[in-house]
Amino acid sequence: MKRIITVTVINQSGVLNRVTGLLMKRQFNIESITVGHTENPQISKMTFVVNVEDERKLEQLLKQLQKQIDVLKVNDITEKQIVVRELALVKVVSPPAVRSEINSIIEPFRASIIDTGKNVVTFQVTGSPEKIDAFIDLIKPYGIKELTRTGVTAFVRETQKVNTPQLSILK
Amino acid sequence: MKLTVEETEQVYEEPITTQAPMQLNGADVFIETLKKHQVEVIFGYPGGAVLPIYDALYKNPIKHILARHEQGAIHAAEGYARVSGKVGVVIATSGPGATNLVTGIADAMMDSIPLVVFTGQVATTVIGTDAFQEADIIGITQPITKHNYQVKDVADFPRIINEAFHIASTGRPGPVVVDIPKNMATGLFVTPSEDEQEVNLPGYQPTTTPNFLQIQKAAQAISNAKQPLILAGAGVLFARASDELATFAEKYQIPITNTLLGLGGIEGNHPLFLGMAGMHGTYTANMAIQTCDLLINVGARFDDRLTGNLNLFAPNAKVVHIDIDPAEIGKNVPTEIPIVADAKEALEALIALDTPNGNTAAWLESLNISMEQYPFHYQASVERGLLPQQVLELVHQYTNGDAVVTTDVGQHQMWTAQYYKFNHPHNWVTSGGLGTMGFGFPAAIGAQLAKPNAKVVAIVGDAGFQMTLQELSLLQELRIPVKVIILNNQALGMVRQWQETFHGERFSQSLIPVQPDFVKLAEAYDIKGYKIETFEDAKVQLKEALESDEPVLIDCRVVQKESVYPMVVPGTGLHEMIGVKPE
Repeated sequence: MKRIITVTVINQSGVLNRVTGLLMKRQFNIESITVGHTENPQISKMTFVVNVEDERKLEQLLKQLQKQIDVLKVNDITEKQIVVRELALVKVVSPPAVRSEINSIIEPFRASIIDTGKNVVTFQVTGSPEKIDAFIDLIKPYGIKELTRTGVTAFVRETQKVNTPQLSILK
Repeated sequence: MKLTVEETEQVYEEPITTQAPMQLNGADVFIETLKKHQVEVIFGYPGGAVLPIYDALYKNPIKHILARHEQGAIHAAEGYARVSGKVGVVIATSGPGATNLVTGIADAMMDSIPLVVFTGQVATTVIGTDAFQEADIIGITQPITKHNYQVKDVADFPRIINEAFHIASTGRPGPVVVDIPKNMATGLFVTPSEDEQEVNLPGYQPTTTPNFLQIQKAAQAISNAKQPLILAGAGVLFARASDELATFAEKYQIPITNTLLGLGGIEGNHPLFLGMAGMHGTYTANMAIQTCDLLINVGARFDDRLTGNLNLFAPNAKVVHIDIDPAEIGKNVPTEIPIVADAKEALEALIALDTPNGNTAAWLESLNISMEQYPFHYQASVERGLLPQQVLELVHQYTNGDAVVTTDVGQHQMWTAQYYKFNHPHNWVTSGGLGTMGFGFPAAIGAQLAKPNAKVVAIVGDAGFQMTLQELSLLQELRIPVKVIILNNQALGMVRQWQETFHGERFSQSLIPVQPDFVKLAEAYDIKGYKIETFEDAKVQLKEALESDEPVLIDCRVVQKESVYPMVVPGTGLHEMIGVKPE
């Protein structure tokens, strides 16, 4: 199952290596990862999307992350009310003949053109990973020359509807 | 002009003589901080990148044990830490010095041994340029340390060393590496404020006090249980809780079994003790696990060598798990009552409650009968020759169960665990998790330094001993009375046993008929050597050797074709042990 996990860490060199190394050592596969510092430059936040087999593996992952000395907080936010955003840059073959057609497709996605060449256009699109998947699917037939995605970053919303499941150890 | 590494080093390196006489450098502060932590012995080996540190040590001495290989140094530090309960301190130079420590660091990580390991590093100005003797030891040791540091500012020395000792020795102990670039050691030290020297670890707050509700739940489960069992691991020893363990077991009349590393946590002849559990544990202990209705794990991590097939493990048991490391709880075995705490505090809390005992009399009676019915067994005869089990029984007899005993990994380790009954805690030093050959002998040297008046016996195999035997130099130099007993079967005994049992007796690369003359080898190091080939000789010579106040080496020529039994075959459950009774 796919989980979104945020990890708050002390911002110093080697901490990203430590966290990803831990995931590798414990055989967890990282689907995406974003890192950046928070409002406090000494503290960074990482957002992982990880595939885990079951609840027990998930619990083990959270505990192993929490055990790291530089890790301040670990949160599995998958089942919370969250805001998830990802950014993608897509370079698409776009000869003048089809350019207006493409433009009409991208409009509902609120993608923006950030670079234009003779026959290619580069779009920037932001949103949930599903929205970006949908955008890529639509644009694919025109010929994608290059594509890069940042991976998701996420926040817990201010108001929460449901309680999140807790670690069995806290029950 | 392009500068070579040597030249660049000269550019930034100020010769110490140009410094003002009272101005301290990083290395001086390093030694001062170690003294503040009451470090009484350092195990190490000098080299280029740690020259400034060894220079500071020369001026401001701490006892330093010069091992003959860095691996010897770190295993000695592990033995010292295990027996003394203090943090073991190691220094090695950059590059090969540091990489030679890797096995010991991994060993300490697996067995939760508190170490602070200082490695030299090339100067920060050349890190990343593949400089002479540069190795990325921070990257290399990241997965095998509790934490690691690289000093990047001379002013950080006190704080980093304070934090390293704090992390290594609190919570679940473990190794911490501190990598010291050479220019940090030579750099001038400007004293930081008190605040900046203090431990500042917001992400590290180990829980030591148990949750009272969980303790009550555990107590209730104990009252309700008819067949409760305590599985005590090394956590009991690290928490210095062996007295509490005995009191707890006696109060609630619960039998105890140990993990390999937990041995000594309860007296070997205690009436409630069932012996070690696991792959080569007693049949009674393993059957007790399989039939108990309540399993109270105190400071053990349900290692695969202990549990056998996890799907078949303790099928009827409700599991209580007391561990200071929350990540161990529920890792391998689903746990009904988790208790995150220091073992001592948790046991004290359980003892303090006045919960009525469950009635365990019938359970204890049946286990006692089983203990009598299924003792460890071997078949001795004059024709077969000297058996390793006989040697170990004699070692136990001649040392009255009071010796500090160290081992490597393998057959000799299992036989020692089976036949040596420890009267006291903290006398057992073995490589459990990592299973490191070459561990036992240097660990014995460290153990002897921790307990100068104790009888320290290193039980090793002929193959493992040859991995670190260069440390005989230390016995020659220090004249410390370590007794090295080689159970010499001219083979990698456990590899041979598995090949015999699981690989159709194809003894691939496991027999070593060509060997040094160990007695002559001992003599080369000015140590008295014995060679023992029969049980009759063993009775006389082992006694003499063990009673000596000098270091001795005893080459016991034991039967090669002897296997460790009983055994839980990998993939089977603990109740499916083979070799339970003599054939």
